[in-house]
Amino acid sequence: MFIAIGFMVLGSVFGFLLRKKEFRIISKIITLLIWLLLFILGLEVGANHQIISGLTNLGIEALFISLAAVLGSALAALLLWKRVNGKKKRFHEE
Amino acid sequence: MKSSIVIVSFFVLGILSGYFEIIRLSIVDTDIGFYALCCLMFFVGLSLGNDSDTLKRFAMINPQFYLLPVATIVGTLLGCAIISLILPGRSAIEAMVVGSGFGYYSLSSIFITEYKGAELGTIALLSNILREIMALLFAPLFVKYFGRLAPISVGGATTMDTTLPIILKFSGKEFAVISVFHGFVLDLSVPILVTLFSSF
Repeated sequence: MFIAIGFMVLGSVFGFLLRKKEFRIISKIITLLIWLLLFILGLEVGANHQIISGLTNLGIEALFISLAAVLGSALAALLLWKRVNGKKKRFHEE
Repeated sequence: MKSSIVIVSFFVLGILSGYFEIIRLSIVDTDIGFYALCCLMFFVGLSLGNDSDTLKRFAMINPQFYLLPVATIVGTLLGCAIISLILPGRSAIEAMVVGSGFGYYSLSSIFITEYKGAELGTIALLSNILREIMALLFAPLFVKYFGRLAPISVGGATTMDTTLPIILKFSGKEFAVISVFHGFVLDLSVPILVTLFSSF
């Protein structure tokens, strides 16, 4: 986990040193790597027959809990987002 | 929406290839995913460092956004407690133990199997994998309906690595520092909260 963060720090140092050059291709590479990683995640799930067979029974319960966790945190994030942006607006009005 | 469909397609293609063993398991067993992740992180860093506006963007961030980990924890636990009401034979505490994984499925399922048994451990594994998958697949929808902070909250403990690129893509690069900070706090809270709720 910290190794991955290390790679990001390394990348940003390189990016900063080479900031006078423009890399239009970077965002395309990032998109391709995101697709590759999702494909690999799918491979891991698909190859794990325990997960695939578990998806039917325990999986439904797991799905309900994850949906609740996702919606709960998304709503909490929305409240914070509105609170912060609301204050900013009032600040500008003053 | 189009980007979500493309993302889902690659994921489904991966599941089918893995399930029907079109691509040999040995590829999965090697650390190719980790290497790809490191590669991705390097390019994400490159794009951050290369963008001369990045530092200015960081300075523009409202300090209140650093409360986001608290919002994520409270929102997740409340959601889990409420959903336990409609799950037969599942207590609010058990649902909150599973929710305390915050998408960190490897660690949380090991802890929960140890504390609460294999059944809840398996639910924790599936539920937290699903959370990470939802964070990856539906980031554009979360931004649209719940604002730019929502993909970070939904990403839970994964926002400093696996879901970071997606967050930067859909919420904006200026959320990089918040996202890493959020992932760091949530990572630390997984073993603490799982142990805490398991003790009840």
